[in-house]
Amino acid sequence: MTVKYTKDHEWIRLDGDVATVGITGYAQEQLGDVVFVEVPEAGSEFELGAEAAVVESVKAASEVYAPLTGEIVEGNQAIVDDPSLVNSDPEGEGWFFKMKLSDPSQLDDMLDDAAYRELLAELG
Amino acid sequence: MAAATVGDSFADRHIGPRRDEIDSMLDVLGVSSLDELVSKTVPPSILKPGGYEAAPMSEAQALARLRAMADRNVIAKSMIGMGYSGCHTPPVILRNVLENPGWYTAYTPYQAEISQGRMEALMNYQQTIIDLTGMELANSSLLDEGTAAAEAMTLMHRVGKAKGDSLFVDARCHPQTISVIETRAAPLGIPVVVGDPFTDLQSGLGETYYGIVLQYPATDGAIRDFRAVTEQAHEAGALVTVAADLLSLVLLTPPGEWGADIVVGSAQRFGVPMGYGGPHAAFMAAKDAFKRSLPGRLIGLSIDSRGKPAYRMALQTREQHIRREKATSNICTAQVLLANIAGMYAVYHGPDGLTRIAQQVQRLTAALAAGLKAAGVSLANDSFFDTLTAGLGDKAAADEVIARARAENINLRDFGDGRVGISLDETTDAADIAAVLSAFGAPGASVDMDAPGGIPADLARTSAFMEHPVFHSHRSETAMMRYLNKLEGKDLALNRAMIPLGSCTMKLNAAAEMIPITWPEFGQIHPFAPADQVQGYKEMIDDLERMLCEITGFDAVSLQPNAGSQGEYAGLLVIRAYHLARGDSERNICLIPSSAHGTNPASAVMAGMKVVVVACDDHGNVDVADLKAKAEANKDNLAALMVTYPSTHGVFEEAIEEICEIVHSNGGQVYMDGANLQAMVGLCRPGTFGPDVSHMNLHKTFCIPHGGGGPGVGPIGVKSHLAPYLPSNPVVASGGDETVGAVSAAPWGSASILPISWTYIAMMGGEGLIRATQMGILNANYIAKKLAGTYDCLYTGKHGFVAHECILDTRPLKDEYGITVDDIAKRLIDYGFHAPTMSWPVAGTLMVEPTESEPKEELDRFIEAMIAIAEEAKKVGAGDWPADDNPLVNAPHTVDVVTANEWAHAYSREQAAFPVPGLYQAKYWSPVGRVDNVYGDRHVVCTCPPLEAYQDAAE
Repeated sequence: MTVKYTKDHEWIRLDGDVATVGITGYAQEQLGDVVFVEVPEAGSEFELGAEAAVVESVKAASEVYAPLTGEIVEGNQAIVDDPSLVNSDPEGEGWFFKMKLSDPSQLDDMLDDAAYRELLAELG
Repeated sequence: MAAATVGDSFADRHIGPRRDEIDSMLDVLGVSSLDELVSKTVPPSILKPGGYEAAPMSEAQALARLRAMADRNVIAKSMIGMGYSGCHTPPVILRNVLENPGWYTAYTPYQAEISQGRMEALMNYQQTIIDLTGMELANSSLLDEGTAAAEAMTLMHRVGKAKGDSLFVDARCHPQTISVIETRAAPLGIPVVVGDPFTDLQSGLGETYYGIVLQYPATDGAIRDFRAVTEQAHEAGALVTVAADLLSLVLLTPPGEWGADIVVGSAQRFGVPMGYGGPHAAFMAAKDAFKRSLPGRLIGLSIDSRGKPAYRMALQTREQHIRREKATSNICTAQVLLANIAGMYAVYHGPDGLTRIAQQVQRLTAALAAGLKAAGVSLANDSFFDTLTAGLGDKAAADEVIARARAENINLRDFGDGRVGISLDETTDAADIAAVLSAFGAPGASVDMDAPGGIPADLARTSAFMEHPVFHSHRSETAMMRYLNKLEGKDLALNRAMIPLGSCTMKLNAAAEMIPITWPEFGQIHPFAPADQVQGYKEMIDDLERMLCEITGFDAVSLQPNAGSQGEYAGLLVIRAYHLARGDSERNICLIPSSAHGTNPASAVMAGMKVVVVACDDHGNVDVADLKAKAEANKDNLAALMVTYPSTHGVFEEAIEEICEIVHSNGGQVYMDGANLQAMVGLCRPGTFGPDVSHMNLHKTFCIPHGGGGPGVGPIGVKSHLAPYLPSNPVVASGGDETVGAVSAAPWGSASILPISWTYIAMMGGEGLIRATQMGILNANYIAKKLAGTYDCLYTGKHGFVAHECILDTRPLKDEYGITVDDIAKRLIDYGFHAPTMSWPVAGTLMVEPTESEPKEELDRFIEAMIAIAEEAKKVGAGDWPADDNPLVNAPHTVDVVTANEWAHAYSREQAAFPVPGLYQAKYWSPVGRVDNVYGDRHVVCTCPPLEAYQDAAE
């Protein structure tokens, strides 16, 4: 399974034509303790770059963008019920939504693991 | 009049440092005089002292002058209604809250630990609103009923799912509410249709209208059953807002019980004087599902470091200081002092007391209705709570009745079309009813206090309200006095210590300035009272407008905006109207530097503008090259630049004139955010160096107290080309000829607190104002210099000086010792201080603004505390104390923790509570340990906690 990243600190894990999307460990550290999450409903469709989910800590609020174009298969109800999962396991149990991709070739423009690490190194 | 003798003037009392201390402070800075300091702080091209030249008055002279003005106001029995009612402020609340600096000098409760008292009071207010409206959630106040209804308009838009994009407004809403909604809707492109909800909503719900706004009871007094309308709206996916009268809800089925989605209104008649329009607290109650979209501040319950209940402001991510252009509203300052008075009025009267008051009002209204009918007067409404509307047929007949009532010193409402309105309140008695009957041509008619009717049987309230013990426990004056004192004692206000909040200007609110606001001649005046009864107000307002024009260099002033954020919004509306009048309908880009207050982008969005962010350079100044590029790129649609001056970084930017010139040459107008006007008064005038419009925070620079989070007054000053567009009022002639409309409900906003600023300016005189500004700059630079080396000042001007505030870099303590800015802020509580502004405008830093009013002794005490804290941090770094058990991370220390039998910490109890000897003289104990923000936002509770919550925690 490939894992790719965006410059907005989201990760995408592709399994067939379904991508699981979440925010990276770096992103959750920057936010601090997450207190609220809103995830999209199954069936809703998003264009690449559209606001698909919301994540809030006490001091910051941020949108989670659809990293690719597609239809939502599932939003993660577990993080809605317990937002702390986003902090404790951001790249596992703390995933945000799964989407069926319209154009898997969009993945080619994403950062791979090495490129994302490089980005983090630049941010210090 | 000759100037008061030196050493005896008010200015000498207002300014903290003594004259013999100033030289030593100047020595610390290496300058020889205040003039030299100023010449090295303010750019020479804009430094032009003067403008306002009047000699100072003494306190006695100013009060006598104001008394003469007050005496020209006529206190009549107001029966005008329209959302403003006479009421009795219980004297125990008047003396212990409204006239008490422990309540009125506090700041917004951002630092939760030292604000527990007023947050408990605000919880009582929220609970009162929740219970009376029958809703699930209420915020802790908005600015007035009109703006609350306008906020409901946008809230329904955010949360609604209907297709329609128009708003339907009940024609029987108060006229000023309709005006404020229309003003707010225009730039957002929301079409507003005003009509009869029973006949004009046969079609269009959902499809056309996403929401409706109703008034309950109607502005003419009728109580209408909206159940069917509400049901139809919901079936069509539209939302329903109800503007309601709070006292009527004691007797009426609350809107929450018949399906309202949002309920707004004014809490004025709960003990707050009418004050010629304000300030009063408005409320907004809503369904719980809307809580993340609600505008304004919300007090919530959380726990502290001991696991005990503690209050805090909840869900702050909704607000402008975090969300900026995506915020739910631009509101920041609310009406805390007035909300607390209203909440305490409810606490003091309890549900039975409120019921008695409401029943008395209703029975008198019924008696009046019976008397009028017996006299052959036709009434427009046969259902009523406190208001009747009589149809006299023609205007001449109505005028005659109104004139006869006026002769009896009673003001009735003139609809202008042959209808006359009569509104009763808790101050009305049988003699007033007899006088009204006489005015209607029925002298000597009997007043039947047992007259039936008024409230439709199926709209009579059946549910209980205010069952929480707090509404049953403080009913004797002794109990109430002690409750108020207990809450006050939990909080840290200016009567206890300096509140060095950068950008907030927590200066002295002198007693002489505060005295006039509770004079009945200012308090008991209805905002729509006839002109001949408000001559004193007019004189004071005209004089204050003149003073503000002279001080700022602007040509005209509008006092209508009720807060700085409203001033921003009003100023941008004026700019928008100016462009539209010139046919520039495409000008909608607003340039905003990245360092701006969060309100700026939030206000720009409300004014229908698109925000383009301008970068700042490494010194924190506006990046002029970036500004130029963006202004030129948008030259065909540039509307405005919003620029704070001196900058939010506390520096007089040298390039300000060039910045204004760039914007003007590209067709834009310059809006100056006046948050930092404090640094300029008397030294330079924004109206002379480029800005076209600016707001002034009278609650910062001009001494109106912060009230624990409001009231505020945010007038705007404009150059003459913008004067035609100034805000107006639909009832009272005011504002410009081509006005943008009403931005708030009352013509002169919060008129009753304007005497505070008038008195301050009059007592300081031109020279005194200059000296205050100089001393504000001296105090800030003194702190910056004394702390240099321990905490470096992040930004300074060309000669190394700051303006009236300084940003202290506390980040090295985090990097080197792991001590966060939060730890420092909370540890300052143990030292008896309110923390400076935290993490704004630069994350991880503290911004300090001492103001001119702080004595040198207090500045030195603060400096001592800050240095002692740095020493403590070093010990953590050196390993003397563990990173997770030291006086900083455990701060603030409560008395129960320090005095417990068990003490298992790595430092002493004395170190915890009395780290410097001065604390043995006066010690402020934090009532709670560090408040857990995360817990509070994960478990949102915004109602009064049951008493068991405290018992459980104690066990």
